[in-house]
Amino acid sequence: MNGIESFVRRAAMLAIPFVFLAVVWQAVSLVMPAFVFPSLDNIFNRTLSILESWRQFSDVLATVSRILGGLAGAFILGAIFASFMMRFRFLDKFISPILTFFQGIPALSWVVFAIIWFRGTEFRIFFIMVATTLPAFTFQILDALRGMQKDLIEMVQSFRPTRRKILTAMIVPAILPEILTAWKVNLGNASRVVVVAELVGATDGIGYQLMQQQQLFDMAGALAWTLQIVFFVVVVQQIISLIETSVFRYRAISERTI
Amino acid sequence: MTADPSAVSNVEIKFDHVTKAFLRDSRNHENVLRAVDDISLEIHSGDIVALLGKTGCGKSTMFNMIAGLLDPSEGNVRVAGRDPFREFDWFRGKIAVVFQNDRLLPWRTAIGNVELGLEMLDVPKETRRDVAQHWLTKLGLNGHEKDYPHALSGGMRQRVSIARAFATDASLLLCDEPFSALDEMTGQRLREEFANLVRENKKTAVFITHSIDEALQLGDRIVVLKRPAKIAYETRLGGGTSAEERANIRSRIREVLAV
Repeated sequence: MNGIESFVRRAAMLAIPFVFLAVVWQAVSLVMPAFVFPSLDNIFNRTLSILESWRQFSDVLATVSRILGGLAGAFILGAIFASFMMRFRFLDKFISPILTFFQGIPALSWVVFAIIWFRGTEFRIFFIMVATTLPAFTFQILDALRGMQKDLIEMVQSFRPTRRKILTAMIVPAILPEILTAWKVNLGNASRVVVVAELVGATDGIGYQLMQQQQLFDMAGALAWTLQIVFFVVVVQQIISLIETSVFRYRAISERTI
Repeated sequence: MTADPSAVSNVEIKFDHVTKAFLRDSRNHENVLRAVDDISLEIHSGDIVALLGKTGCGKSTMFNMIAGLLDPSEGNVRVAGRDPFREFDWFRGKIAVVFQNDRLLPWRTAIGNVELGLEMLDVPKETRRDVAQHWLTKLGLNGHEKDYPHALSGGMRQRVSIARAFATDASLLLCDEPFSALDEMTGQRLREEFANLVRENKKTAVFITHSIDEALQLGDRIVVLKRPAKIAYETRLGGGTSAEERANIRSRIREVLAV
């Protein structure tokens, strides 16, 4: 019973801010024109229609696969860069300033560069996703590698492991928390960047659909498409949180909160 | 590579005029610290040897050379007739180390930690689980197999690390002050259990310590090292060594270390 009560309380705490937002929106929609503040049921119906129509939902899937593909590409490249930078100091000194420089380039600039440099839509978007998230992935993985406890590495080394064994028994579990955090952070960034990239240079996807809604001056449509990407980010963040809860159950939890 | 002739005798570890020097300043190659200075020593199979000395006497350097983590600057170190530094991988499963702090992997349960060394040896999953369980039980940790390190006390954690070392069935155990971080009573009890396990399982053990009492309790041979990294005193003990003789040895070691 206690567990159910606690679950209901937590769910209520989570729902209250959204209920408040919805009430305010609905109240404003009653006094404002529908093309500026559409009613909640209008937004809800439009959101549902996207999920029900394969033609429209395929645009959502296109954006989702671009985000995941771009993040996966940036993660793999970042892991390779970080491993070499960790192993060879001169590479660290060489690559770090370049990545820091890249971090200063706005996402929109990368979009422009990609349109000028490349032809295919998919490759352009992939390039933009990788260029904008690669520095963060690289630095986060590098920091995680540097943060591994020397004591534990020495202990594992004392068993004279093969490279594969040291990777699976020591390195991956040690840096996993930072990797999952990096995915969470970069997922938010990537979802913003992909929409901009699609808005400018694609003929499908959520970004393209948002541009269509802007041309039609359809606020309900714009919100419905925006909610699709928000749902996606929330779902993936929750999946990562579930993985964290399961994988990091070894962590000691203090009964006194900070 | 041809094995050293000492391999055919029961000499497990041999230091032959070994010197280890470290550069104090990488720009000045003459500014060196001789951590170990022309040491010759033989350790036989089944010996429990205490390398005793104050901080900076070179005991950790000797320990690391036996473990194959350091290469001597001059002379030869041989373990089972082989060079532990150059033939590092050959010693997989033959040398196990117990560290000063338990060094348990926090993401593994107690039994998972004990299995670690066996995983490195590609022991099948079921076998390694049985072996790990056997050693956990032997060290009094039955019922704690699925506990994570943060849920175990300091003494229990060190027991897990000892179980991890024994589980690989390595013939040589290297121990780096494994009981110094524990409280007096726990340390005392664990020392006794550890010495019994070493003898029961016919292991050779080398442990470094700065505690005379620990050396007397554990070692059947004590090698006292003194700055500048020389063997200053050496003695053998056995079951027949009387309390009076032990007291004399203790006094002698104190004198040597005080000079």
